[in-house]
Amino acid sequence: MAVSYAVTSQAYVGTPKRGPVTRLLEDERWLAVVLLLPTVILLGLFIAYPFVEGVILSVTDAKVGVAGKFVGMANFDKLWNDSIFRVAVRNTFVYTIVTTIFKLALGLWLAMLLNRHFKGKALTRAFILLPFIIPTVLSTFAWKWMFDPTFSVINWTLFRLSLITGRINWLGDPDLAMISVIIVNVWRGVPFYAISLLAGLQTISPELQEAAAIDGARPWQRFWHVTWPLLLPVTMVVVLFSVIQTFADFQLVYVLTGGGPANATQLFATYAYQIGVGTGLLSEGAAISLAMFPILLVVVVIQLLYIRRVETH
Amino acid sequence: MAPVVIRHLNKKFDEVHAVNDVNLEIRDKEFVVLVGPSGCGKTTTLRMVAGLESVTSGDILIGDKLVNDLAPMDRDIAMVFQNYALYPHMSVYDNMAFGLKMRKFDRAEIAKRVQEAAGILGIEPLLKRKPRQLSGGQRQRVALGRAIVRHPQVFLFDEPLSNLDAKLRVQMRVEIKKLHVRLGTTAVYVTHDQVEAMTLGDRVVVMKDGFVQQVGEPLDLYNKPANRFVAGFIGSPAMNFATVNLSEANGALWAANEGMRIKVPAEIAGRVGRYAGQSCVLGVRPEDLRLASSADAADLNFDAVVEVVEQLGAEILLDVTVGSGMMVAAVEPTVRAKVRDRLRLALNPARLHFFDATTEAAI
Amino acid sequence: MIEGAKWKRWVFFYIPLSAFVFSLLFPFYWMAVTTVRPDSELYRPWMAPNYTPFWTTHPTWEHVTSLLEETLFSTWMWNTMFIALIATAISLFCGLLAGYALSRLKFRFAGMLGTGIFVTYLVPQTLLFIPLADIIRNFHLGDTPWALILTYPTFLIPFCTWLLMGYFKAIPRELEECARIDGASRFKAMIYIIFPIAVPGILSAGIFAFTLSWNEFIYALVFLSSPDEKTVPVGVTSELIRGDVFYWGELMAGALLGSIPVAFVYSFFVEHYVAGLTGSVKG
Repeated sequence: MAVSYAVTSQAYVGTPKRGPVTRLLEDERWLAVVLLLPTVILLGLFIAYPFVEGVILSVTDAKVGVAGKFVGMANFDKLWNDSIFRVAVRNTFVYTIVTTIFKLALGLWLAMLLNRHFKGKALTRAFILLPFIIPTVLSTFAWKWMFDPTFSVINWTLFRLSLITGRINWLGDPDLAMISVIIVNVWRGVPFYAISLLAGLQTISPELQEAAAIDGARPWQRFWHVTWPLLLPVTMVVVLFSVIQTFADFQLVYVLTGGGPANATQLFATYAYQIGVGTGLLSEGAAISLAMFPILLVVVVIQLLYIRRVETH
Repeated sequence: MAPVVIRHLNKKFDEVHAVNDVNLEIRDKEFVVLVGPSGCGKTTTLRMVAGLESVTSGDILIGDKLVNDLAPMDRDIAMVFQNYALYPHMSVYDNMAFGLKMRKFDRAEIAKRVQEAAGILGIEPLLKRKPRQLSGGQRQRVALGRAIVRHPQVFLFDEPLSNLDAKLRVQMRVEIKKLHVRLGTTAVYVTHDQVEAMTLGDRVVVMKDGFVQQVGEPLDLYNKPANRFVAGFIGSPAMNFATVNLSEANGALWAANEGMRIKVPAEIAGRVGRYAGQSCVLGVRPEDLRLASSADAADLNFDAVVEVVEQLGAEILLDVTVGSGMMVAAVEPTVRAKVRDRLRLALNPARLHFFDATTEAAI
Repeated sequence: MIEGAKWKRWVFFYIPLSAFVFSLLFPFYWMAVTTVRPDSELYRPWMAPNYTPFWTTHPTWEHVTSLLEETLFSTWMWNTMFIALIATAISLFCGLLAGYALSRLKFRFAGMLGTGIFVTYLVPQTLLFIPLADIIRNFHLGDTPWALILTYPTFLIPFCTWLLMGYFKAIPRELEECARIDGASRFKAMIYIIFPIAVPGILSAGIFAFTLSWNEFIYALVFLSSPDEKTVPVGVTSELIRGDVFYWGELMAGALLGSIPVAFVYSFFVEHYVAGLTGSVKG
């Protein structure tokens, strides 16, 4: 047949010329180098380099406009004896731990509620992520307005419900300020926990719960023995991200209280800003920021080890 | 001209020696099948010919050109994958045109070639569709089309029919054979299915554990297997094996075990005689066993008890116990046998195989 | 899976769910209401009678117009959008390349680099902002949008890389191998085959990166000083408060308008955003 001969007689077609760059990039290793170069440069320049700079700064006595000379651990010594710093440390721990517990509990509850089928589920899920999507500073201002000592809508509601008689000074009272800040952080974080845990829940086959129910387990037991262990890997990752973000949080407190009243809500980040940028004591500010690092490192390592252990099972 | 020459090819993955000193000369226009169980190295060998795996040592020549260091794109080959590997985001036409676009063909030429290939495979109506809209058989045809459109020097097939259902597999087997006759391009085909190997290959290469066991035309492998593995791998149902002791008595060589005492035919007694006094392995194919009739010599018969009767329509498979072992006999459909019947089976003296008990090589 | 009486469903499901939805969305409602409230209503003390906080009978646009005409708000919107889009583009570019390299190429430092990138994601901005401010000044980038465009990728790239790696890993190897046999170089196979198939992942990473850029605060606060370079979060915080007086109407208008671009983009790509969020968590 004419067609078949036509096909075979043109059997070999020369391959087009390839340039030297193409040939070089055929090698996996060179291609990897070229592909990773932009990332490595950017991250090296704007994370690794500042990190080293930060360490160097913290062991000098640099101030804005004044170059520093080496002072060893003097800054850290000063911090250790600084009562405000100690308060900031305590506050940060309390802030992180309390918000994480609430975010996890409420997030889990919300996730379990969303795990059922109901009309408007997709819409609901889309809406509840808003606190997490909207820029924190902007939504925090809304809360600040809601907490305003004179015009608070919350106060008004509680008053009308006869639950309070005087006003609640949400942001001005040292004891209440921390609670207010915690409330806003939890408000912002619950959607993240909820959606992530929901995704985790959806990977758990409902048959497991049903089998447990038939075996006689009550709802709480079913949760504890079936759902929770299977949810643990996702939970650990979510908690890892959240703890790091919360520990280093700045925006929320800066807008709501600026660290006050009387350092009641001072955190590592806000104190570092106050000292480093506010008063221009660069090296001390850097030292405060760096003081976060060991704790963050420990948290990260513990959770990474845990995740690795779970993965290899 | 596109012969493929593989010389002393070796591949090691860390400590695992996946391909061991493979030597093969594939002639131009030949259809060679690499067959063997999983892990035997056939796919690794194919991937080295394609350039998808690096060569640890040895040479590969395509069309007399050493290609060891050439990237896959420069080797002028085409490959058909087990999972079709169709680009899901492109239409059938674009899938087939992709290779030509990469080689900077102009649009008119591309259109011509794609239509030609689509015509040969009967997939013209599918050109505008996306892969997810096609059935398994259609996808495989598109994968074939994508390969032939490039008019490569060599076709490589990596178990292309394994994902199809049995009936479709038989159909596509015939189509691939017809395609090869029509196009005449050198082809290397990898499969674990010995039926595909026998029906498609001009020559078949049986591999095991990284080594080539035997190379030859299908019937040669069937009639003269080089070792026990090839004998048991080619042919379905598989050849029966029985360990026997060879002894000389009454001027003849006898092979015996618990269940049988067979006189070794004079033609092969010469070769086998070296093993007198030792044990070796006797091999006989199910199709070479039949019910003994009075005309059969008694020293080629043995007793058997029927365990299972498998009715295939064209033949009957009898699973029988012989002594302490089991055998399968393929007999004509007219045979009446029931479970627990005692039979006398005769073997075909011209079709006996013997294998060394330790090296497993054919004697 | 709560079987049983209807009242149970109300108590254990509808009521808690409504409570969650209400508390999560109320502040936004409050933002919106405050924006359209006239000043006279706004500044009524909470204990005064006739206080109708939850709605207003005299909605007004005065806060919005004041915001747009008397402040640099539209400039800030433009700045933030510009920075977010370019930073996202840079991060997607780097993330695509890095994600591909780490998930589909075999080379010696793959594991180490992967972990390294993951670890940089965990370094918070509040740890680096002081030395980074210095570095930015040395590069003469201070008080320009480039200070942010170049530093935002530090937390966007690791996330994009990680997310895209997940999508790449799900693409079968044979597709690339086939493309390479068909005549594509590794690079072309990456661009013509892998990237188009990973488009859902690219969208997810892009949306997430976009919202993260809008949300960034401390770098913007520290690196930018002139009012017309500021981004929306910084501008709203620093320029809408004169002395100790908070102009709540304008503030809430600013907060509301500032939230709209992000919410708008999000609303079109909710599925992708959620996929991005859960993808990063499920690894």
